[in-house]
Amino acid sequence: MSWVLALPLIIPFLTAVAAFMTRSSKSGAWVSLAGAILLLLAAIFLMAQVLDQGVVAAQMGGWGAPFGITLVADLLSAVMVLITAIVAVAVAIYALEDINAAKEHLAYHALFNVLIAGVVGAFITGDLFNLYVWFEVMLISSFGLLVLGGRPEQIDGGVKYVALNLVSTIMFLTGIGLLYGMTGTLNMADLASAVEDTDQKLLTVVAVLFMIAFGVKAAVFPLFFWLPASYHTPAFSVSAVFAGLLTKVGVYAMIRMFTLIFDHDIGFTHTILLWVAGLTMITGVLGAAAQTDIRKILSFHIVSQIGYMILGLALLTPLALVGAVFYLVHHIIVKANLFLIAGVAERLTGSTELSKIGGLYKSAPLLAVLFLIPAFSLAGFPPLSGFWAKFVLVKASLETEAWIIAGVALLVGLLTIYSMTKIWAQAFWEPHPNEIEPKLTTLDRPTQIKLLLPIAGLAALTVIIGLFPEPFVAFAERSATQLLDPAPYIAAVLEAKP
Amino acid sequence: MEPLLAITIGVLITCSVYLMLSGHLLRFIFGLVLISNAANLTIFVAGRLTEGAPPLIPEGADAPLGEVANALPQALVLTAIVIGFGLFAFAIVLVFRAWTSLSTLHPDEMELAEPNYGAHAKATKLALKKDTTQ
Repeated sequence: MSWVLALPLIIPFLTAVAAFMTRSSKSGAWVSLAGAILLLLAAIFLMAQVLDQGVVAAQMGGWGAPFGITLVADLLSAVMVLITAIVAVAVAIYALEDINAAKEHLAYHALFNVLIAGVVGAFITGDLFNLYVWFEVMLISSFGLLVLGGRPEQIDGGVKYVALNLVSTIMFLTGIGLLYGMTGTLNMADLASAVEDTDQKLLTVVAVLFMIAFGVKAAVFPLFFWLPASYHTPAFSVSAVFAGLLTKVGVYAMIRMFTLIFDHDIGFTHTILLWVAGLTMITGVLGAAAQTDIRKILSFHIVSQIGYMILGLALLTPLALVGAVFYLVHHIIVKANLFLIAGVAERLTGSTELSKIGGLYKSAPLLAVLFLIPAFSLAGFPPLSGFWAKFVLVKASLETEAWIIAGVALLVGLLTIYSMTKIWAQAFWEPHPNEIEPKLTTLDRPTQIKLLLPIAGLAALTVIIGLFPEPFVAFAERSATQLLDPAPYIAAVLEAKP
Repeated sequence: MEPLLAITIGVLITCSVYLMLSGHLLRFIFGLVLISNAANLTIFVAGRLTEGAPPLIPEGADAPLGEVANALPQALVLTAIVIGFGLFAFAIVLVFRAWTSLSTLHPDEMELAEPNYGAHAKATKLALKKDTTQ
């Protein structure tokens, strides 16, 4: 069964090679789209297998666990791969129009596909050092994408992004070294039982090292400063895929490590996480309130929303983890979509700076509706996906009598509405300062389709999750059960045939 | 051998933290090189040191005879060095590019992506205060 797990990695890498070969022709973008669609098929297949068997694991290179590199997908991994593939398809369609020939020649599509491969690899690896390698694959391609085009703002943002992420990478590597020294294994399933016989105090130190390393990747308080410094500078397709996927890899790694391996001293580590969650939510949303550029507002909201996912992990009850998983999926769709919409808004009005734009409601009502769906979902309006995600998390915090954090979660939801109404009022309701009527018809029809199809698709997903949340919540429940009782995961990994 | 290496790692990290916090991008890169070497040494020492016994398997045998050094940390360090090399190459080029297009290497002066509204607001506030006191 190893090819089920290997395919989602092989496809983006092969696509990257093909896209690199065709980077000077017009077909490069279509190659990238074809690769993304194939990846989606592979992800659906993987999901079907995982739903059927619970956990799918395979040993690469013919070495049995725990010595070789294991690829493993449980429900959380499978859903993350699936959502990655969905975002990849959406962004690949959008990039047909958004990425110009100069950027294509600089190998945008190759970098994009390597980035997707890195993200997928991080989700399905079962080996800690291999996770580090996938992080690096993801990081180096994201560096390339971020500064592609080389405008001074991009270089400025890039310096901060690169610097802080490299520091986090080195902390991750040090943590791996220490954990290996203590246990003698790097296989995550094997580590789960191996850490029980080690010095628990020292293990907590290593756990905090991992918390900081993944905290930088996930952009939690007080380690998030690279994110609002850089996410508004690259092309819109790039910031959409970054906003959707990159920080969520950090959150995923944190959920994986702090449910599977570092669950020995919950009173200490998860209390830190709870504080971090609350402060991340508040600083993020307040930071957004101070911004006046659509992409900067949205960047700060990524930070604020990460807090909700960390909250689910910090509470570590079944219901809280359901909320975290549900939130993760909902957030990726919504956030990527909002950045894509910001791209169309910029195309029509010439800027993303709120004081320089306006009039979109009157002249482009379709875009206005498409904006309202993810914006309301982000703020948590029923019946959209964000409402259920927030509802589950708040309910989980009330159940554990964590009154303050429940209050913070509700307050931050309220402040999110403030930011969204700010964008709505200034970009959509107020007339354009230069009396321009930014009509969608100024773009020709193929352009409109390429830009609006992915937005409409992602918005439709948001509505579907919102209107029919039961299967998704049931799925998240199964996934949370797997996370809290890792025995089947461990058994699947250690017994998987090479 | 271990205490010596542990002290070396400590010194490397101290120096690199000093360099990274000194507010200059080139020094930051040097600090990063040092701290990544410290991380590599950490992995190496964590895998236990065995002196003078390379992990070689004699011809015809399936496993090494007797006690040999742990080969896994060596492989990990090698991977980390290769990856680190690539990242530093990129980081140095990026810093050079920052120098040519922003003409500064002090991160505090790089304000293109994040214009310093705070300083501006402070200035206006001061001006307002002056107005009211007069």
